[in-house]
Amino acid sequence: MALGLLTLLIVSIVIFVAVNLLPGDFAELILGQGATPEAVAKIREDLGLDQSLVSRYFGWLGGMLTGDLGSSFAQLNFQTNLGGAGGVTVAEQIAPRFANTMFLATVTAIIAVPIAVTLGILAALYRNTVFDRAANILTLSSISSPEFFMAYVLILFLAVLNPILPSLSNIYEGMAFSDRLEKTLLPALTLTLVVTAHMMRMTRAAIINLLASPYIEMARLKGMSPLRVIVKHALPNALAPIINVIALNLAYLITGVVVVEVVFVYPGIGQLFVDSVKIRDIPVVQACCLIFAAAYILLNLTADILSILSNPRLRHPK
Amino acid sequence: MYGISRRGLMKSGVAAGVLGLTGMPVHAATRGGKLTAGLGGANTSDSWDSRTHSDLFMIASCHGAVFDCLTEVAADGSLQGELAESWEASADAKVWTFNLRSGVTFHNGKAFGADDVIASLQMHIGEESKSAAKPIVEAITEMKKLSDTQIEFTLASGNADFPYLMSDYHICMYPAGQIEDAIANGIGTGLYSVVSFDPGVRMVAKRVDDHYKGDSAGYFDEIEYIAINDNTARMNALMTGQVDAINRIDFKTEALLKANPALRIQEVTGNQQYTFPMLTDNAPYNDVNVRRAIKYGVNRQELVDKILQGHGAVGNDTPIGPANQYYNDEMEQISYDPDKSKFYLKEAGLDSIDLDLSASNAAFEGAVDAAQLMQASMAPGGININVVQEPADGYWSNVWLKKPFSACYWSGRATEDWMFATAYEAGVPWNDSQWDGDDSARFQELLLTARAELDSDKRKAQYFEMQQILRDDGGVLIPMFANYVQAVNNRISSPEVVGNLWQMDNARMAERWSVA
Repeated sequence: MALGLLTLLIVSIVIFVAVNLLPGDFAELILGQGATPEAVAKIREDLGLDQSLVSRYFGWLGGMLTGDLGSSFAQLNFQTNLGGAGGVTVAEQIAPRFANTMFLATVTAIIAVPIAVTLGILAALYRNTVFDRAANILTLSSISSPEFFMAYVLILFLAVLNPILPSLSNIYEGMAFSDRLEKTLLPALTLTLVVTAHMMRMTRAAIINLLASPYIEMARLKGMSPLRVIVKHALPNALAPIINVIALNLAYLITGVVVVEVVFVYPGIGQLFVDSVKIRDIPVVQACCLIFAAAYILLNLTADILSILSNPRLRHPK
Repeated sequence: MYGISRRGLMKSGVAAGVLGLTGMPVHAATRGGKLTAGLGGANTSDSWDSRTHSDLFMIASCHGAVFDCLTEVAADGSLQGELAESWEASADAKVWTFNLRSGVTFHNGKAFGADDVIASLQMHIGEESKSAAKPIVEAITEMKKLSDTQIEFTLASGNADFPYLMSDYHICMYPAGQIEDAIANGIGTGLYSVVSFDPGVRMVAKRVDDHYKGDSAGYFDEIEYIAINDNTARMNALMTGQVDAINRIDFKTEALLKANPALRIQEVTGNQQYTFPMLTDNAPYNDVNVRRAIKYGVNRQELVDKILQGHGAVGNDTPIGPANQYYNDEMEQISYDPDKSKFYLKEAGLDSIDLDLSASNAAFEGAVDAAQLMQASMAPGGININVVQEPADGYWSNVWLKKPFSACYWSGRATEDWMFATAYEAGVPWNDSQWDGDDSARFQELLLTARAELDSDKRKAQYFEMQQILRDDGGVLIPMFANYVQAVNNRISSPEVVGNLWQMDNARMAERWSVA
């Protein structure tokens, strides 16, 4: 846990420095061609961008520790234009976007995890057959192509040539659940193609690894069917590595959706992140990164706990 | 009205071409239905504060649907009243009286009147203001409310274009005393009132039942603008019928859109221009002969063909484009002639010259390629260009206005004076050629005279002369004007003449288009 927090702290420093190393800052980018020295100086002063990197970082960290993510530069700039009225905080800005991303991740997980595990078991069962090879080739080629390419392939086949699903996933608040699901399906399928291979191959490898064990040999000699051997005897012991790789992929579903969200115009945290990096809106970028990092750490932690729970030897230490 | 009829003719020519291709019926607007548009140029920092607007999504939402200005530029380029019914000027164009429309209400029920105009204009001035319209409003020395529907503006110096300036998309009318609320919730006097707005994602608005524009505009019951900044995603959305219209077509994929019989492409040449300013206070650019040598060394048609893939027109080194009222199309077009380049170099006492040209695609898409084409075309004339590829980040603060010869773009302005006052008048911050020396004296003198001239014929003569001076002596190379190209589903019908001042029918598609 402490290690997790330390990781978060380091991540926040790295992100802060990295964003500041990018050429141009919020003031210059928001003004664009209109960036006269006076206007830039004015905005920098309003936003505190004229202070040193270190003092800005600790200012942000202080707020962060008291649970205040601050307001985005865009909001602050807007408020000074308006004369200081209250505005939307970063937390309020991120919350709906994060909920959308979580929805996409959940839909994807519900599709991808059963498919991957089933395919993995079947591939282990029929290893080195045509089915095994075909499953491997398909999943490996889908993981090897860039996400946007998979996205466009799916759009071509499922939205343009056979208009079954919408290519635009602009979900919004107050949308009926079924509509929301329909709009989310195409990005979810894209992500499914991207994450399935890893989980499936890990399942297959973990099971095949166990198939040489004496107790499996015993089960087989008892006359059990191969499917039963795998599901009843091999799978429970292979759970730990499988859970680990599933957790890793779930984390990827939250942190790695940036490209997919942009392609499908899905209003998730990834889009917000891209928009904010473009204008160097550091408070939002920082908050997004922290959420990404926290998601990774939490899911890994959960994976560790689940693998312990799935292993009686670890559950009942001598 | 010379400029307008010519322009109208040209645009209906373009429209006729479209009709011929698609067999679309002539626009006959009926009320009802919904417009869904996928628009680029959106950001999560968007708001209903018109002072901060600079890109299409908010201009179309705010200025084009939810809010109104005092005046508006019609699709044919003529000026008509929006919240102002009529206006008149004193003989020196210094005092302007605007008569406001009566019986207009904001979406929250508040009546619109002279106080709202004063409060809305005051939003742009003051030390703290970062409004892009600050210079326009600062030129007003006094605003006097004569009655609830009449207001008198006194300007620091005469400006015949003042009513035009009041159509600027930054200067929308807000309800006095409720400006913060209006900015937070989008409360204007426009044809559509906001249903929901999620910055950088989506804007939905519905038609106001009883609007002062009546049946003359605003034909949809509902409009939905979806923010799609990604070019491919925008095109996909149109191809799959999820949106009815998109802006900014990627020229590379235009052929695919054209092949789709359910869609039509709208293309208009406006004032959007890709330029190469030379800092004329730096050697060798302070020598007019060097500038002329450069101007004759550029193969403009090649740039239009290769950089704009034909979607544009050659420029004649003036920022006044076909969307302007006094566009001088009688001038001889500067054409590629390396011998003339050599001649002018010799006049400057040189055989050949080595120049650095700073470019980045931040200036405009294809700026680096354009610089390389110029390098190739100028070499035979004895001008050796070294293309310096600058980083895109920070281009506007580090390169433009700083490097002696760089790439730039302008979206142009509705009036000649506005454009000149922004980038050509001596001493203004964006005078990107620093052209204010002796050789610009006549130009600067005409700029001030023409500004206060109310007689259209005299103004025309003055602006024609100014364009001639810029073409011959000016410090900015303007080789091309880029078209606005957008695509519309045939489910939606649009008028024959589409505005060319800004993308998407001057961002007013919600007002002017209808369900076919």
